Amino acid sequence: MITKKGINASPGVAIGPALVLDTEEYRIPLRTVDPSQLATQIRNLDAALQASRQEVQELRVAATRKLGDDTAGIFAFHEQFIADPRLREQVVELIQQRRYSAAYAFGQVMNQRQKLFRSVADPYLKERVRDIFDIEKRVLRHILGRTREDMTRLTEPVVVVAADITPSQAISLDRRHILGFAINVGGPTSHMAIISKLLGIPAVVALGDITSDVSGGETLIVDGTAGIVVASPDPETIARYQERQREHERQVARLRTLRDQPAVTRDGVAIELLANIEVPEEAAAAVEAGAQGVGLYRTELLFLSSTRVPTEEQQYETYRAAVEAAAGRPVIIRTLDLGADKLAPALGAAPHEHNPVLGLRSLRYCLLHLDLFKTHLRAILRASVAGDVRIMFPMIATVMELRQAKATLADVMEDLDEEGIPFRRDLPIGMMVETPAAALLAPAFAREAAFLSIGSNDLTQYTLAVDRGNERVAHLFSAHNPAVLRLLHRVARAGLAHGCDVSLCGEMAGAPLYTQLLLGLGLRRLSMASCDIPAVKQVVRRTTLAACRALAARVLKFDADRQVLNTLRDAHRALDPEDES
Amino acid sequence: MVSGVAVTREVVIPNKEGLHFRPIMKFVDTAQRYQAGVTVHCEDRQADGRSPMEMLMLVATQGAKVKVVADGVDAEDLVNALVSLVESGFGEM
Repeated sequence: MITKKGINASPGVAIGPALVLDTEEYRIPLRTVDPSQLATQIRNLDAALQASRQEVQELRVAATRKLGDDTAGIFAFHEQFIADPRLREQVVELIQQRRYSAAYAFGQVMNQRQKLFRSVADPYLKERVRDIFDIEKRVLRHILGRTREDMTRLTEPVVVVAADITPSQAISLDRRHILGFAINVGGPTSHMAIISKLLGIPAVVALGDITSDVSGGETLIVDGTAGIVVASPDPETIARYQERQREHERQVARLRTLRDQPAVTRDGVAIELLANIEVPEEAAAAVEAGAQGVGLYRTELLFLSSTRVPTEEQQYETYRAAVEAAAGRPVIIRTLDLGADKLAPALGAAPHEHNPVLGLRSLRYCLLHLDLFKTHLRAILRASVAGDVRIMFPMIATVMELRQAKATLADVMEDLDEEGIPFRRDLPIGMMVETPAAALLAPAFAREAAFLSIGSNDLTQYTLAVDRGNERVAHLFSAHNPAVLRLLHRVARAGLAHGCDVSLCGEMAGAPLYTQLLLGLGLRRLSMASCDIPAVKQVVRRTTLAACRALAARVLKFDADRQVLNTLRDAHRALDPEDES
Repeated sequence: MVSGVAVTREVVIPNKEGLHFRPIMKFVDTAQRYQAGVTVHCEDRQADGRSPMEMLMLVATQGAKVKVVADGVDAEDLVNALVSLVESGFGEM
């Protein structure tokens, strides 16, 4: 029995036989053929190229449907690459002049191409080596006529073990036969993690070399909630995880029934539950989970995942896809939150900062790089005609910053007007409250912004002066610290006094323990990861606003976060499931 | 290559991304619609205008000057089509 700890990428428990996906390159022995065989080799090559092209075409169609045009573009390129007349020419030359077999000749040419890609300085091109691998494997499979382990052709349920999941593999996932994933690389926000979550497949990533620890066929347990993988477990371990699996499934079933129930307290107060998303595909999943809209659309991923600054067109297509997936529900798009603390390769090297969290980041960065900012705003404005888009500026500390951002937006609107490009002129313009300065000046901001959204993670960090990524001080980070709670209360009251909507979109929003307190402090809108919505909704439906207010009044008198935590735990435990209306 | 006179034009890559996936796909698509052969030069590198691989390896970034050379019956038309495609920023600007 081997137990390995990775990163939990998608919750749930899977138990089943391991299937190790071969990620090795094909090793093709040098083979020369008899001159009489050359014509057959060329025919094999042509048939394989034709079949591969056909396959990629099908993948492209599937990708357009499932993942949108951006991903489909990758396959369109694969298609052209395979059809490249120079590719065939070079391979045929090797077959005819050196009497190589089709497989060997093709392998040689692809090898040269990989080397070429690796030799260029351009980081974007360097990354394309992965695409070359993908293409090479596909064509060789057809030349050799060998059926590889392929996720599209699974006949029995398996736990997939792989070094990484390529775009073609991700698109061909068959939910019926895939119980779980155990993957060597990746992080909680990798494309693969997002897709597993969407499909509800338990996954653990960043397992090091799980592909060499597992040979295939043995039983594997994937605990995607805890981020643990157990290979060849003993019977007691299996029994223990089966119990966890049943518990998880019961939980999911229980919460699923909540999906179509309204988020209303027992005394009839409606609470808006929204989703935080990062890629357009998540918007559909959010609607599926019962979200009433998108409360926070983080736009950084497009910039972080590429070595080039995304074009206006790329940004527009991406934002529009998210807005369309939300099907008329509100989508609050947060403008770029990048800079000294979150470096995007596309933005180039920035001068070193001693204190990046207090440095040139987020809106400050955008206001200094107006070209980049305006292109970004144009893309958002253009997407605004596709639904109910609202725009939100992050990281504001002074009223001047908000005014500057609004002025920039007005400039961009004027440009669009002149060019006759449609956008929604009346789209609400709001801001994040994540600095203590913004919280203290909330009444002033409430007069100038259409809505305020509290980013409780950053607000806690800046209020307590604690970096929770620093393990030596992380224990000092608590969102329920009385100082933070008083700021939340202040912002909520300012919103009420000035008729300005206030929401909260930090991790607090998705933690059921805090739900009653947040309602009691005056919040009526919470935005969270869509998987957290059912559990939070359950609390809303079991409590009353009167009880929440009493809880908040009690908690606001405390000076120490320990007292707050104990009181919140008691209040959470006291929720009687029988009381649900 | 067939008929005698080669047609040559120079053009500057205007779009931010340079010659990458999507622009190249459009370029190659266009090149393949004509009979004339086409070679693209950038600094000391050259590429067959119908080969996406070779076009990628040109590494023509924004502002790069490229020379388009076509030879064949419809060379003039081909070069015009390619140059206006490039000048339009590949329809992405």
